[in-house]
Amino acid sequence: MSNRTVDMTEVSSGFADVSAGRKPIVTIEHVTKIFQDAPAVDDLNLEIYEGEFFSLLGPSGCGKTTTLRMLGGFEEPTSGRIFLGGKEVTYLAPYRRDVNTVFQSYALFPHLSIFENVAFGLKRKRMDKAEIRRRVSTMLELVDLPHMEGRRTSQLSGGQQQRVALARALVNEPTLLLLDEPMSALDAKLRHQMQIELKRIQTQVGITFLYVTHDQEEAMTMSDRLVVMRLGRIEGIGSPREVYDRPTTEFVATFLGASNLLAGDVTALEGSVATVTLTSGTTLRVGAERLPEKRVGLSVKVGVRPEKITIGAGDGGTMSGQNSLRGRVRVSTFTGVGNQYIVETSWGTDLTVYAQNIGQAAAPRSGDEVVLTWPVEHTFAVHPMAHGSVEEEATMGEIDE
Amino acid sequence: MSVLTESAPTAAAPTVVPPERRPRHWGRFVLPTYSWLVIAYLVFPIAVMFVYSFNRSVGGVPQVSFSWNGFTTLWYREWNSAPGLSASFWLSIRLAVIATIVSAILGTLLAIALVRYRPKQFHGKGVIEQILFINIAAPEIVMGASLLGLFVTFNIGRGFLTLVLAHVMFCIAYVTVTVRARLAGFDRSLEEASYDLGAGPLTTFRRITLPMIMPGVLAGALMAFALSIDDFITSNFVSGTSTPFPVLIYASTRVGIPPQVFVFGTVIFSVGILLALSSLVIGRKGT
Repeated sequence: MSNRTVDMTEVSSGFADVSAGRKPIVTIEHVTKIFQDAPAVDDLNLEIYEGEFFSLLGPSGCGKTTTLRMLGGFEEPTSGRIFLGGKEVTYLAPYRRDVNTVFQSYALFPHLSIFENVAFGLKRKRMDKAEIRRRVSTMLELVDLPHMEGRRTSQLSGGQQQRVALARALVNEPTLLLLDEPMSALDAKLRHQMQIELKRIQTQVGITFLYVTHDQEEAMTMSDRLVVMRLGRIEGIGSPREVYDRPTTEFVATFLGASNLLAGDVTALEGSVATVTLTSGTTLRVGAERLPEKRVGLSVKVGVRPEKITIGAGDGGTMSGQNSLRGRVRVSTFTGVGNQYIVETSWGTDLTVYAQNIGQAAAPRSGDEVVLTWPVEHTFAVHPMAHGSVEEEATMGEIDE
Repeated sequence: MSVLTESAPTAAAPTVVPPERRPRHWGRFVLPTYSWLVIAYLVFPIAVMFVYSFNRSVGGVPQVSFSWNGFTTLWYREWNSAPGLSASFWLSIRLAVIATIVSAILGTLLAIALVRYRPKQFHGKGVIEQILFINIAAPEIVMGASLLGLFVTFNIGRGFLTLVLAHVMFCIAYVTVTVRARLAGFDRSLEEASYDLGAGPLTTFRRITLPMIMPGVLAGALMAFALSIDDFITSNFVSGTSTPFPVLIYASTRVGIPPQVFVFGTVIFSVGILLALSSLVIGRKGT
C-alpha cells in the first residue's frame, strides 16, 4: 500500500504541478468487457495522470460504471490490461489493490459507528490504534464532520453520509480514488455545494480522483480532464474547455452542453479556412484544422455553441472572420441572466441563441428579422452521427441512474 | 380532531357550521377488546397449568388430579422426586441446544448459497427450494416413520445421536427460510465496500455479512429451539432408550401424570416470559 505519510491537512496547492509532470498512474490498454454478448466497454484505451481529477462522463449504458468497476476490481475485463502505478492489476482482487471507492449508495456499514466505518480500512492494515484514531479524526475534520466518531450512520443526513463515505475511502490514502456517481442522491443545491467541497478536498490531499457521472455540468465544474463515453467507446477527451469548445463528434457536441448543428458539404479548402455549403445553399466558413477530414466533398455537420452567437438587427453585413445567417425570431424567452432565442432560418432549421443580460440594446422580439453572427474560430465541424438519435440518448442519460 | 371540537364553540359566527361529531365513539373499543379476548384464549391453558401446579394430590398418590384439593407448594419442593422427569428434561435441553446450533449453521450457509447465486451458477437451485418447502409441509408423522425406517435399515442404534440427526433435519428448513428473508434485503455493495477497504472474503463475512444477517440467524435459531424442545412425534419414533421430556410425559399419561410436570411447565413458561421481556428492554436500549 501507499508509503506516503501525507498529513492531509498540510498538503496544499501545487497539485497542478504534479499533474503537469504527466506521470500516468492508471493505464487502460485495449480493455473490452462483454456482458451477455453485448460489449459494455469496447477496446478502451486511457491514461490518467497522477493528482488529476478525471471524469468519465456519459449517458447510462455508456460503459463508464463498468470501467470504474474494472478499476476497482469488481469486474474482470474480457480482454485487455489495466495498470495501476506501473503494476498490472487486471485480475487482482479488490482487497489487494491500492484503490478505494465511494459507492453510489455510499454502502456505509449500518452496524458500525462513524469511527468504525472510517477506521475499517486502516484496521485491515493492522495499524497502531492511536495512529488510527488520529488519522480518522483528521479525516473527519477534512470532510467537515468533526467530533462525529460515535454516531451511527442512520443518524446522518444524505450529505453527511456522503462525507463519511468519502472519508472512509480517503483515509487509506489510495493511489486512486474511484467515485461512482456519488452525488446522484443529493438535491441540486447540496450537490452544487458538494462539488466545490470535493474539488477543495481533492486539491488538499492531492490524490488522483476518477469521477463517474452522467451530469455534464458536474463533470465540467470539477474535472481537470474528462472523457465523454458512448456505447463503450471514448467520444471525446481533454480538459473541459477543450472538449466543450472543440467537440470532435456530434455526440459530444450535443451531450456536453448544447450545440446548433447544420448539415452540409465541404465545397472549398483555401489555406486554413474551409467553406461548407449547407443544404440550403448558404455558405459557412470553418477552420480547416477543425474538419474531421481535410477533404472537399466531405459531408459534415457545422456547429456553433448558442452563447457564441451575436444576435443583431436585420442589416448587418458580413464581416471578415465572421459567419452569419439570416433568420426570424420564433421564440424569445427571458431567463433573468439572459435571453434565449429560437431563431428560424429561411429554410426552416431552428438555431438556439443565448444572449447575456448586460443591459444593452433592446432585445429582439418574436417575429423580428435578425442576423446571427459568430466568429469563424468558434465554428466547428463533425462527422454526422451514423445511427441513433442524439437527443434521445442524451436525455436518457439524465432520466436514468 | 381535538382542535376542531374545541374551536367549534368559540366560533361565534352563525355561518360557521360546527363540525360533525364522529358517530361511533365506541368503535375504538372493538379491536382492543377483541385482542384481549384472544389473549385470554391463549393464556387460559397456561393459567390452568399454573394453578394446578399448586394442587394437592388425593391420598398421597403423586399424580395430577383435576379437582381442587387445596393449595400446596409440595411439588415445587419435591420437583426432582418424580422418576426420570428431570433427566429427560435435561436431555431435551441438551438436544435442543445442539440441534439449534447445528441447524443454525447449516441453514444459514444454505440460505446464503440460495440468495447469492443465480440458477445459472447454481444447478438444481429450484429443486433445493422445493425440497425445503416439502420438508416444512410434509406431515411429521410420515417423516418420523421414514426416519425410523432409515435408522433401522442402516442399523443405527436409536438414542441421542438419532434424536440429534432427526431434529437437525426438521430445523434446517426453518432457519434457511428465515435467514433468506433477511438476506433478500441485503445490499451487496456493503460486501464490495469491505473488499474495497482491504478486507478479504473471510474478514468480510465475519465483520460485515454475519453481523448484518444476525437478527435473521437468531430468529431462525429461536424457531429451531422452539421446534426441537417440544417435538413429540418425530422424537417418539427415533428416541429409543433416551426419552426426551415430551415423550416421557406422553408415556406417563397411561399411569398418571406426575404433578411435577406442571411445575416444569410453569418454570419454562416463566423463563420464556423473562427472556421476552429482557429482549424488549435490550431492544429499547438499542434504538
